[in-house]
Amino acid sequence: MPSILSISALSKHYKSGHKALDGVDLEIARGEIFALLGPNGAGKTTLISIVCGTVTMTSGTILVDGQDIARDFRAARQRIGLVPQEVAVDIFATVWNTVTFSRGLFGRAPDPAYVEQLLRDLSLWEKRTSKIIELSGGMKRRVMIAKALSHEPDLLFLDEPTAGVDVNLRRDMWALVRKLREKGTTIILTTHYIEEAEEMADRVGVIDGGRILLVEDKAALMRKLGKRRLTLALQEPMAAIPEALAGWSLALEDGGCRLVYSFDAEADDTGMPALLRRLGELGIDFKDLDTSRSSLEDIFVDLVERAA
Amino acid sequence: MSAINLHGIWAIYRTEMARTVRTVWQSIATPVITTALYFIVFGGAIGSRMQHVGGVGYGAFIVPGLIMLTLLTQSISNASVGIYFPKFTGTVFEILSAPLSAIEAVVAYVGAAATKSVLIGLIILLTSTFFTDMHILHPLWMVAFLLLTSIAFSLFGFIIGIWAKNFEQLAIIPALVVTPLTFLGGAFYSIDMLPQPWRTVSLFNPVVYLVSGFRWSFYGIGDVGVAASLAFTAGFMAACLALLWWIFRTGWRLKP
Repeated sequence: MPSILSISALSKHYKSGHKALDGVDLEIARGEIFALLGPNGAGKTTLISIVCGTVTMTSGTILVDGQDIARDFRAARQRIGLVPQEVAVDIFATVWNTVTFSRGLFGRAPDPAYVEQLLRDLSLWEKRTSKIIELSGGMKRRVMIAKALSHEPDLLFLDEPTAGVDVNLRRDMWALVRKLREKGTTIILTTHYIEEAEEMADRVGVIDGGRILLVEDKAALMRKLGKRRLTLALQEPMAAIPEALAGWSLALEDGGCRLVYSFDAEADDTGMPALLRRLGELGIDFKDLDTSRSSLEDIFVDLVERAA
Repeated sequence: MSAINLHGIWAIYRTEMARTVRTVWQSIATPVITTALYFIVFGGAIGSRMQHVGGVGYGAFIVPGLIMLTLLTQSISNASVGIYFPKFTGTVFEILSAPLSAIEAVVAYVGAAATKSVLIGLIILLTSTFFTDMHILHPLWMVAFLLLTSIAFSLFGFIIGIWAKNFEQLAIIPALVVTPLTFLGGAFYSIDMLPQPWRTVSLFNPVVYLVSGFRWSFYGIGDVGVAASLAFTAGFMAACLALLWWIFRTGWRLKP
């Protein structure tokens, strides 16, 4: 499938010498949900801002649906919607006016029926004649989303969409994302809530220090990098791991009350049965056992720490 | 989308004009009341004891200068606030990310600011007919100067709005440069009334050319030739356009 967004050798160097982005290559397939993960200052927002045209690039090429964002900026930008991190909207305008303003700004003819449906989907219809200043924080964020979708973009950027958002809005937001995906909209989001990326994204990219560390199908990533943990709640606390168990990768937690064994989930021989047998031979009793697969968050933290 | 983003231009233009309606007292009533006060003080009270200037009663003489004074300050403040406010609140991201060329953005913002200035200018003109007995010798030229000046100084205001990093900077050029130049630019007197060397010094004041040309369109008299006035106004507009072209090409103070 052809890419809807194609970024090659993108760099952004500030005059101060800071390299916000350093040779980024990224291909986003049409219709996918892509989550860009990274710590603060990793370059996520800079990347989005350059694609959307609010920050200038130092070098590189960006194509949106085959259109160069510098040369064919009209065609490229018309396809893009951006929901920025911060709520930034004319607070004296009404909901209806600010959303129709955005639609016009992006070169679309008025379509009251579309805007009405959009406002209804975002539970804003009742508030359409309210001024933004009268709305709650959550409602303002809904307005930002409505503005970004007002011109029916093919590619939607959500920059930290659920930071500081209540449960209702978060649920509505993800319902909306699913609906948009069904319509074929490509969505790129950055988030701190890794469980959301885990739940929603088709693919995940990890960025740090202005470089893309990894781009992977989410399921494959979790399979490939995912570690499993076996946690044993011990009958008697253990002061140190006995010599006889040196063959396993073990750690003590909770003041010696829990013995944790980490192993590769994909290996043919996980070493788990042998460990349990050995514990029996050594007379180490446990009252409970639990296995878990590492989350995307564990993988992410691990990756960023390794890169640092 | 066609080659020109007309919907985009219209969206900005309409929003900017709506802002005027929203702040109608500040936008329209204030300049009208201020001007009426000038007429009462300078035209009525002081003017009645003054000789005619160039064959025109003093009250009528100051009409073009007063309109020009308002035109300059209003054009600058409208256009500068129009772009500075989105920068201040962060909403400028939407303008920068829109499929809108620099020329289209300037047409929309400056067009709205200039429209407002022209409207205010016409309202003041109408107001002044209640206070003085005035006539317009060259109405077409009057309109041309009104339009040219409004557009040129709205462009200038737009540049100030992009340049300003805070509200103080936004106010400093109009307050410290434009208002003094306007007062010293022959709005309330003919520069012939000045002793030398101030008469010659005044010729370096750009506002002299604006006021003079505008006054010529009313009464056929001016401190400098009408061609010089026209050339100056057009030249000033060209300089602003060139500067704006550079600003948008480099993203100066708009895009990091």
